[in-house]
Amino acid sequence: MVERRATMGLLAHAVMILGMLIVAFPLYLAFVASTHTSQEIVQLPMPLLPGSHFWDNYSAALTGHGGGAGSNAPVGRMMWVSLVTALVIAFGKIAVSLLSAFALVYFRFPLRSFFFWAIFVTLMLPVEVRILPTYKVVSDLGLLNSYAGLTIPLIASATATFLFRQFFLTVPEELVEAARIDGAGPMRFFWDILLPLSKTSIAALFVIQFIYGWNQYLWPLLATTSEDMYPVVVGIKRMIAGGDSGNEWNIVMATAIMAMIPPAIVVIFMQRWFVKGLVDTEK
Amino acid sequence: MASITLKDVVKRYGTGPKANQVIHGVSAEIADHEFIVIVGPSGCGKSTLLRMVAGLEEISGGTISIGGRVVNDIEPSERDIAMVFQNYALYPHMSVFDNMAYGLKIAKVPLDEIKTRVDKAAKILELGPFLLRKPRELSGGQRQRVAMGRAIVRQPQVFLFDEPLSNLDAKLRAQTRLEIQKLHTELGVTSLFVTHDQVEAMTLAQRMLVMNAGRMEQIGTPDEVYHRPASTFVASFIGSPPMNLITGQADGARFVAAGQTLTLPAAAPRAGGMILGLRPEHAELSQTGAAGWPLKVEALEMLGAERLVYGRVGETLFTVRLDATLTPPKVGDLVTLTTTPEHLHWFDAATTKRI
Repeated sequence: MVERRATMGLLAHAVMILGMLIVAFPLYLAFVASTHTSQEIVQLPMPLLPGSHFWDNYSAALTGHGGGAGSNAPVGRMMWVSLVTALVIAFGKIAVSLLSAFALVYFRFPLRSFFFWAIFVTLMLPVEVRILPTYKVVSDLGLLNSYAGLTIPLIASATATFLFRQFFLTVPEELVEAARIDGAGPMRFFWDILLPLSKTSIAALFVIQFIYGWNQYLWPLLATTSEDMYPVVVGIKRMIAGGDSGNEWNIVMATAIMAMIPPAIVVIFMQRWFVKGLVDTEK
Repeated sequence: MASITLKDVVKRYGTGPKANQVIHGVSAEIADHEFIVIVGPSGCGKSTLLRMVAGLEEISGGTISIGGRVVNDIEPSERDIAMVFQNYALYPHMSVFDNMAYGLKIAKVPLDEIKTRVDKAAKILELGPFLLRKPRELSGGQRQRVAMGRAIVRQPQVFLFDEPLSNLDAKLRAQTRLEIQKLHTELGVTSLFVTHDQVEAMTLAQRMLVMNAGRMEQIGTPDEVYHRPASTFVASFIGSPPMNLITGQADGARFVAAGQTLTLPAAAPRAGGMILGLRPEHAELSQTGAAGWPLKVEALEMLGAERLVYGRVGETLFTVRLDATLTPPKVGDLVTLTTTPEHLHWFDAATTKRI
């Protein structure tokens, strides 16, 4: 498919534009809804052009003056909680998986393959399967409504460990030997050679894990009960009171739009690294 | 600088009766400043032996000493050695300067001293303009020189080379061979050089150590190894085309091989089962009628300065190297092969060792 014909080009663009519209329209609608008053949104038909209440709605959401039937917690605080949680989860996962992959690949210790398989098998268990025991542990430790409770249970990552293991296996054996002859101990080798070589993989994983952390819903829903520890994704849910009661949809939509911004920023700015990390390795 | 002593060095993988022994007791004395080439076919254990000297493989038996100090249980970095790997093993994310300086930085050598040493090595190896580049921006030959530079700056007692030329093309290989020779003359560091290429071995070695199947077949100067091979393995491994070998029964000046009785120019050293060796360049051909061995010509190869004649003496394949100026026989001719007594090599048929 390397032909360059005008009709093919047009068709391709038509398909792409159609696809983009399908994806973008709900987002647009959410944005439009976030710029009207709550009365205007619920009228039929719903307005399709942005209204004039952009600042009112967004500042009301950020400071928590919505006045709807659901939660009125300030979104600014939620965004902060989400950001801290997502960053701790992303960095924590990367640090723990780098070290465990390092141990699995470069050290010979008893039951090494057992540990590898043990880690590998947990790939098949989604968080939901172990969520009740995890909740019990976290609550017994008194970690509910804390950053530790929000992040620690999610930090262990079989996927990232596996990915780094596969990457380390492709690092030529001679590099390890050259480093040994140069007098580099294991941790020195890790810092000076392995880590710089893994930086594209780390960047790719950071993007994935940041979004994973940001989008956590079920676990924060269980692990937090106080409003000032809600991540924004949970916060949105709490704003909706349910039933037909007077939900401030404009505020909910403004919150939703704001919740989308940080992951979008991470993806846009790290796109280059992300793609590089998935397709090539610097060796 | 230091000498190296290998004493009954053994390498075994695994333990107990299922252990796979790959090196069967190699002993050798390598003098200070000497350039030793370890040569042998693939899988003969030559790289393993080198890696044991480097400390990258454990020693299962025997001892290795460097400069009089037994190094069996000493870490590679403490053995005062430097190694050049086949694929260079440069750190891809570091500049050429950092690659060379890394070992010194770890050894906490002062920064200005590191700089002096790296600059000096870069000058010897003509790497000056590339010091800030990354390895991937260099050609194969330049990478190879960086790998050597990394070895030089450490000022080790011993250089270890693990087939460092095999990733280079033929022209560059010849050039780098000369550079390594020059380097050794300048620095005089004891060197162990592993290769499977006999040309490299012959040209670089002060003494060469020929290995086969985990055993040392011979250690000696290239001259000795070529002119007095210690076994039929060495005889056929060194030299191209290899030495002609005929198995038969000797009895005085007669040699009975595969139904053919050959008259020897001088009496055999002893009677009984023997292998007779003759280098292709040590035979002369003349037209039938003269006294000598009959050779049935099967093929000819013109190589420029010389011509190879392939044929059979009785049933044994035989190669003769002729000066290209001589008129060659034709394929199918039956010619007479003659030689002189000093060019005959004798090996025991049972042990294949030289007599």
